[in-house]
Amino acid sequence: MKLFFIGLISGIISGMGIGGGTILIPSLVFFTELNQKEAQGINLVVFIPVAIAALIVHYKEGNIKIKQAKSIIIGGIFGAILGSLLVLKINPNSLRRYFGIFLLFIGIYELIKKE
Amino acid sequence: MDTIDFKLVAIGFVTGIINGLFGSGGGTLIVPVLVFLVKMEDFEAHATAISIILPLSIISTIMYLKSNIIKFNIGYVVAIGGIIGGFIGAKFLKRIPNIILRKIFGVIIIITALRMIIG
Repeated sequence: MKLFFIGLISGIISGMGIGGGTILIPSLVFFTELNQKEAQGINLVVFIPVAIAALIVHYKEGNIKIKQAKSIIIGGIFGAILGSLLVLKINPNSLRRYFGIFLLFIGIYELIKKE
Repeated sequence: MDTIDFKLVAIGFVTGIINGLFGSGGGTLIVPVLVFLVKMEDFEAHATAISIILPLSIISTIMYLKSNIIKFNIGYVVAIGGIIGGFIGAKFLKRIPNIILRKIFGVIIIITALRMIIG
């Protein structure tokens, strides 16, 4: 039930257009037995069905710029492989700290960002 | 045939590393890039970001799977909650003033980040 509510709350917040993994991953690390790597794995699995549903809607509405997306995806595939390989080399506690540093930048950006 | 923009390829590479390393964050990174650098409208940037992060997340998921990092028995419960919550958030809560909400979100994220770094 706890897991369901963690999913529900981070889903509500990401549905409002902010957060997503930035809420879900820390919640899982703080409130469950999962370590950083496992929490990140859960976030990836949860993201995929939600993203497919959102993508269908956006595609029908013609909001996706496929030409630019293609170049970014080509580079992104190599980055995704490298980033995932790095996860295997890092222990979960160090990874949690690096994630925290990344999160700190996101928080600061949200605060100083102009509309 | 479309030309490949190497600046965008490089941006994609960095986005992929972050998204793979942290299992998240790719969208947070790529949306401002699409708005400020590629000059997309906000709604186009959000839509295009999903089309970019989805394939990258699928690749990362496969690689996490091979290393037995993914706990499906827990994941599906979180996913059900997440899908219901996402629907509620998108349908009913979109009209809450965005600026205040984002500043509150920013503060919460910074506190969370510090706890993750120190803890």
